[in-house]
Amino acid sequence: MEKEPLFSAKNLKLLTDPLARVNPVTALVLGVCSALAVTVKLEPAVVMAISVTAVVAVSNVIMSALRSTIPNRIRIIVQLVVVSLLVILVDQILRAFAYSVSKQLSVFVGLIITNCIVMGRIEAFALGNKPLPAFIDGIGNGLGYGIILVTVSFFRELLGSGTLWGYRIIPSSFYVANGGVYENNGLVILPPMALILLGIIIWIQNYKNGRYS
Amino acid sequence: MNKDSNKYIYLYSIALVVIVATVLSVAATLLKPFQQKNIEVEKKQSILLSVHKAAEAGSAKNKAQYVEAEYEKYITGSCVVSVLGAALEGDAFAVSLEEEMAKPVVDRRLPVFICTDDDSTLKYIIPVRGAGLWGPIWGYVALHSDFSTICGVVFDHQGETPGLGAELATPEFQRQFDGKHIFDAGAVFTSVKVVKGGGTQGRPHEVDAISGGTITSQGIEQMLWDNLNYYRSFFEQQEQQRRRLARQRQEEEEASAAAQQAVAAARRIPRPVAAPLPTADTAADHTAAPAARAADSVPKAEAKRENATSDATQQNVQQEAPQDVQQIEQQ
Repeated sequence: MEKEPLFSAKNLKLLTDPLARVNPVTALVLGVCSALAVTVKLEPAVVMAISVTAVVAVSNVIMSALRSTIPNRIRIIVQLVVVSLLVILVDQILRAFAYSVSKQLSVFVGLIITNCIVMGRIEAFALGNKPLPAFIDGIGNGLGYGIILVTVSFFRELLGSGTLWGYRIIPSSFYVANGGVYENNGLVILPPMALILLGIIIWIQNYKNGRYS
Repeated sequence: MNKDSNKYIYLYSIALVVIVATVLSVAATLLKPFQQKNIEVEKKQSILLSVHKAAEAGSAKNKAQYVEAEYEKYITGSCVVSVLGAALEGDAFAVSLEEEMAKPVVDRRLPVFICTDDDSTLKYIIPVRGAGLWGPIWGYVALHSDFSTICGVVFDHQGETPGLGAELATPEFQRQFDGKHIFDAGAVFTSVKVVKGGGTQGRPHEVDAISGGTITSQGIEQMLWDNLNYYRSFFEQQEQQRRRLARQRQEEEEASAAAQQAVAAARRIPRPVAAPLPTADTAADHTAAPAARAADSVPKAEAKRENATSDATQQNVQQEAPQDVQQIEQQ
């Protein structure tokens, strides 16, 4: 059998496709719940994106390696056990060596386990492919998820809090409280506005994918 | 073996679970010392932050070492007291407020940390714990030695909404508490209220609430009221002791000054007149708890007040116990 180069056209496509054309959030509409929950601020969104990317990639590899041994009837349970193992390990390691990050992440750990993207990718890809493509697919989908999170949280933090990554962007002298004319939009902070923003992004995505032509 | 046979499925799931459980327990055992160290350093850092120390912990090369050194330097004592102000045995640092809150009020062991600042003034750090919107909130309140003026506060939370309730952990919110008073001019316990549009100048018992974080703000207010209330007997006893010592010292000084004057007069040596000593007493007259002032002018009223508060404390003890139990059950 001929050895395939690491970044062959096929593997590269695995990586880039989920970023735009078949984005897990906008095209497959997976992981929407967590996209609403963690996007109030940019920082937790990025932390969440990195964690999901790591978990999807590693769980894809493990499941792909085990794929020929898993009994079909209990495969969902096996997936769940493996994903939970990884998430708990990530959490424990962060708590020991990156305590400040783990304090931010701890709330979202449960969300990673239940994130549809993780199990969706295992079901749709890892169980039918070799470990390396599965790994690349996991990275690609994690990043695709991350792009959407960052986009949504960018607008939510900017319009809802007037800051980005905790740094003030809209000067505090603009605010009504300090004699200015500007007020933060309270709706943007709440989950409904995240859903509306996500809807707009999905609309743009579908338009670009040519679904309306 | 047939992959879909029951035997295979059972064996597979048993093996999987055993492997996963082993990995997890090994990881947990190996990582536990590191995790506990982190939690301990975090607690020490919070205690120090409430008295505005250890500010460079974020940029320190070895954070744990830096925090430990600062803690050794500034936190010079600690004690455990009961609701009635009696000293109890035990290590204040090891007391878990979460466990204490589950006990009836009279049985609670309340930790106090004592900080000696660079200018050798004492500050008293009280841990507080309460309920926010989604989970527990906690923190430390540092009081100046008059037991009324807040030196600083630190709050943290488990899972308040980012951008809303979670703002309680920001320095901007916590800075508002500096210099606020938990007793009013009549030495009545007021705690600090967290109100909308509060925190303007000239309001010593109010801070501005978190916009969009109403329940969390109310939780902070309730937490401060409840927790500081438990220490009222301790504050009063410390305050009385301090005043007694101050009076004693003043009397001694007066006696020694008189003796010196007598000696000087006897020797007929002209001596420069000593300026009034800028001791703790004069300073205390201006900054001390209103209690001290009220006591000097109206001793009777004070005696009455003390009776009233001790009654109130006992009533509180009786009334609050079931309330707390309810709260805990709800949680």
